[in-house]
Parts: sequence; C-alpha cells; structure tokens
Amino acid sequence: MVPPPKRKNPLRRTQAPLLPPSARSRTALGITAAAAQGRFVLQVCAACETVQYPPREICGACLGDELAWRAVPSEGTLLAATTIRISGDPYFRERMPWRTGTVAMDAGPTVIAHVQASLVPGDRARLVQKLDRAGQGVMVALPLAATHDSLDDPMMRELTNDPQDRRVLVTDGRHPIGQAVARALLAAGAHVVLGIADIWKPFASVDGAEMIELDLTDADSVRRCAAAYGGRLEIVVNTGLYTRPGGILARGDLTTARVEMEAAYFGPMRLAQALGPALRSRAADGTHPACAWVNVLSVYALTNLPSWGTTSASQAAALSLSQALRADLRPIRVVNVLVGPLDDEWHQTVPSPKVAPTALATAIVRALRDGIEDVAVGDVAQDILARWLDDPKILERELAT
Amino acid sequence: MSSLADFAADLASGSITVVDLTQTLSADFPTITLPPEFGQCAPFRLEEISRYDSRGPAWYWNNFSCGEHTGTHYDAPIHWVSGKDFPNNTVDTIPASKFIAPAVVIDCSKETAGNHDFVLTRAVLETWESRHGHIPAGGWVLLRTDWSKRSGAAYANMREDGAHTPGPDPEAVRFLVEERDVLGFGTETIGTDAGQAHLFTPPYPAHFYMHGKGRYGLQCLCNLDLLPATGAVIVSPPLKIQGGSGSPLRVLALVMA
Repeated sequence: MVPPPKRKNPLRRTQAPLLPPSARSRTALGITAAAAQGRFVLQVCAACETVQYPPREICGACLGDELAWRAVPSEGTLLAATTIRISGDPYFRERMPWRTGTVAMDAGPTVIAHVQASLVPGDRARLVQKLDRAGQGVMVALPLAATHDSLDDPMMRELTNDPQDRRVLVTDGRHPIGQAVARALLAAGAHVVLGIADIWKPFASVDGAEMIELDLTDADSVRRCAAAYGGRLEIVVNTGLYTRPGGILARGDLTTARVEMEAAYFGPMRLAQALGPALRSRAADGTHPACAWVNVLSVYALTNLPSWGTTSASQAAALSLSQALRADLRPIRVVNVLVGPLDDEWHQTVPSPKVAPTALATAIVRALRDGIEDVAVGDVAQDILARWLDDPKILERELAT
Repeated sequence: MSSLADFAADLASGSITVVDLTQTLSADFPTITLPPEFGQCAPFRLEEISRYDSRGPAWYWNNFSCGEHTGTHYDAPIHWVSGKDFPNNTVDTIPASKFIAPAVVIDCSKETAGNHDFVLTRAVLETWESRHGHIPAGGWVLLRTDWSKRSGAAYANMREDGAHTPGPDPEAVRFLVEERDVLGFGTETIGTDAGQAHLFTPPYPAHFYMHGKGRYGLQCLCNLDLLPATGAVIVSPPLKIQGGSGSPLRVLALVMA
C-alpha cells in the first residue's frame, strides 16, 4: 500500500502535471470507451471470430472488415516482463521504474500491457482496460487473486482515483446524496469537507466531516470556499442533484427552471472556474495528487423525460458542461454518475425501482477506486443508458409517450 | 419655502440626523422560505461584470438578482390577495407622497428578548398610547424588537414547526388600520407577520388587514433602537417596478438630534 502523504516541503516547487502519450486512432478509441465504463473489450471479426489486437481496420486472419468491439475473456499468461528505468517521455521519466510486458490471452492475441509489480513470467494474469491520466485507454496485467490493498501501488495510483487519504469536497450536505457520499468517503479513508447552503436554516452535520458554508448559486460563497480550500483538495464531488417533477407546459413559468439551471449548470460552472485551475495544477503533487471531479447527473440528461421536462433539460446542460470540463481539467478525471429516480422526497409518487442515496454513494467510491469515468447506477439508469446507446431516436420516442 | 430651507440647514448642521434603517443586501441574508413545493423568493445574488480587468479595464460593476421581497423591503397592497383590487396598489403607482411619513416606534425589545413568539396585541398598543399619546393617522407604526441585532440562524430562528419570530395578532392590526388609520406597519423580522402567523385567523393578519385596506409594509428594518417613540420621519421610496408587489429599498429615518 502507498503510505499516507507526507507533509510538503514548502521550499520545493510543486511538480507540474504532464500527460502520458495520448495519440490514438479513431479505431483504437474503442479501448478508451470501454475503460471509461470499466468494461473489457477487443475487436472480434464477424466473419471468422478472430479476436484482434492491436486495434485495426481489417481482420488479421481473414481480411474481413466487420470488426465489432465485444466483451472477450480477459485472462492469459504473462510471457515476459521488463522494468523500464529510463524513458525519453516526460511523463514516464518522472514515474520510473515502470513495468511492461506481453500477455498471451486465452482469447487468442498476445498483447503488450502495463504489468503489476508482483507478476512474474509464467503467471496467470487478468487484463483490465484502464484510463490513464490523459484519459486514454490502456491495458494492465493484474494477478488473478488480488485485493484492493495489494494492488495499491504507484502504477495503479496513476490509473485510479482512490479517495483513501485524499481531501474531498462534497458540495451539498443538505441533499441526501451529499450526506450519504460524505459518509461513504469517510469510510473509504478520505478527509471530507461538506458544504452547507443557507447556513441560517437548520441542517444535519455528518460526524467526522468538516462542515463549511458553500452555496454554488452564490459567487461570493464559491470564491470564499476556493480561497480557503482551493489548494488543499484532491477530489470534488458535486452532489447537488436538483430534480423537480413537472413538464414544460405544466410549469407555466421559469422560476423553478431557473433554480434548476443554477443548481445543475451555473453553480457547478462557478465551482469549476473557482476550483478547477488549482485542482489541475496539483494533479502531480506528491503521492496523493489532485485527481478527480465527480458529477451526479440524472440519466434523463441523455434523453428528455417530458414529465420531468425542465429538470431533464437542465441535466442535459450539466452533462454538456461535464464533457467540456473533461478536456479543460485534464489530467483531473471527470466522472459522470448517471442515476434514475432517487429514493427521496421528490420521487415520493414515482414507483420503484428507485436508487437509495447510500447505493449511489457506494457506486461513486467504487468508480473512484476503479478509475472509471462513466457510471450508471440502478436499474432505471442502466436501462435508459442501454436503450440510448442502442438508438437515441427510439428512446426519445419511447419516453415521449 | 423657508421651512424647506430650514430643513436643509438643520440637516447640514446636524440638528436633524439621518438614521439608516436598512440591512445590507448580501447573499447570505436570510430570505423568506416557503414550503418547497411553492414558488420561492430569490435570494440576493451578485455577479461581477468586470473589475478593472480584461472584461472592462477601467471600471468595476456587477449584475445583481433578487426577489421583490429580498432584504429590507417594501410591501405594496397588491402583494396580498386582500389588496389585489385597489387602485394604485403597485410600487409604480403608489403616490410618491406616501413615501415620506412620520413614524411611531413601539418598543417591545424587552418582551421579545424572553419570548421569541411575542405577540403584539391591542392591549400593548393601548398601553403605549397611554404613555405617548394617540397613534397618529397617516404614519408608520414600527415594531422594535431588536431582532435585527441577531444574524444568521438566530435571525431566521427556524425550527421543525417553522420560524419563531415576533409579530402582531389580528386584533392589533385591525385596531391600527380601522381605528388609527395608519399608513403601514414595519418590523425588524423577515416579514411583517409573526413567524407562526399562519396559525392566526385570518393567517398572516398584518398582510391580510394592512394590504386589505391599501396600506403598506416594511420589513427587515434595523436601527429602530436609535429612533424616538414619536417624532421620526421615514423616507421609504421603493424601486419603481412596473406592476411590482414590493421592492428592496433603502429606508432612512430623519430624527431631531
């Protein structure tokens, strides 16, 4: 395990963040797309079923040109491994030594992968696809029997965002999600700073969390938070999911819609503008650098649910903001957690299945630990996401009934 | 004209002093809170346009947003359903002459210190009159509670069953409107009514009866402890919002030194 961070030497310059090599062909981005969701895929030829590696346009066995990305068995045997001690690449130069090797996959191909420290040639290995600090998919060979702790080494830390010993801002302690996420992060070993808006109204504290005044709709409040915490946060979790029932015509005015846009779009933008630059500048700071920004979003950001029409529209704006932040904040990982109806007061009349805030919190901690950036939590969110991936137009029509 | 010149001279010499009865408009000042399923009054918010920077090199300015009933604010009769049909019942049509008027101050600060749910009754008003004389027609009645010296949670004073702040009962408001013909009623708390005024019959009597007779309201006032029981003159022109039900405003009191 990586020991807790030491206090910084204030006379030393903070190391500036660098990105690992990130050029990929459009085809090779299939690995990135899978890694983003924590899946493992390779191209498989529709004609001869040959599993392909590296990614390519034409089947290496039969020249077939229909190569779909499919889940394939990810186990294999480590053929050879080498420890790289010198690299010309600026990112890897700072992270030497680094192990790489070749794995003969049971599925067919032999692949080049990053290799976890304990593996030796001849060992059985499990390949995973992870996002690196550039946000690109890479392959990593891990031991078959591995625990979370046994994998916690400097290489895996580059590919994951474990909240252990990191300082995390959770934006909205008034929201049941914020309360649950704060508790889950504390249990995962994080130091939690929990924001409370309208501090003049009664609120519930979370034991062990540092409660602060924070209202994302108030520019001055966000500025004060950034001044106090900007340089000492490693993860931000935006839990202010503001969802209210009501269609566009049923509402009849913009009052609630404006509040929704403030909560989903303008507020998080304020926070990103205030905290983002400091967070990004500390993305290579020590053993526990700044690493992640988590947004909790309604799955109806993908396709509007007209009975929650204004909320869906504000969530679409939030999703778009999040996509832009992914580019701007790099190498900070922006994690989007999509969720369907929550088991909260605003979904009282909505039938099950609904997502408990604790289940959402567990999923967020897992996504951080696993280095995933796109998560759908609960049956409804997973179903909507699957239908959206299948055909967005069909889903739009289905939801518009 | 000589009296206006005297007035100006008294202001300049300091024999008339100006007391600011206004709370600072800021994002963290408590705003009236309704049950969440109702529409809500927006709190005060400030967004910088430029500050001697690339967005405007030599000037500093902001956009602000808020509700008509945010911060120290004025209530026009149209604010309440009981006052909806009066002529000139909006902030833009109320005669400007109504914006300068004398005021009496009912000091209940000792009572409210020990009782957050203190109720201003007709009996309290009559006791006050026995010492200070009749409450004059056409003037403001300001309820001093020293509530403005509180801040944050203590100011809003919200509990499980709602806010607990002082205010008048229905009989007291009817007495002021029907028997004393006052111009309006002003308080230091978030509303002219008590925090628990929804339990009165009718609910929110200060709103119901004051606006029901075309009278006005002032709330979130401060510095009432600097005013005499009688003799102050209040200057309180709201923003001229077309059809507006109220507005944040600067409230000044003129007091003989």
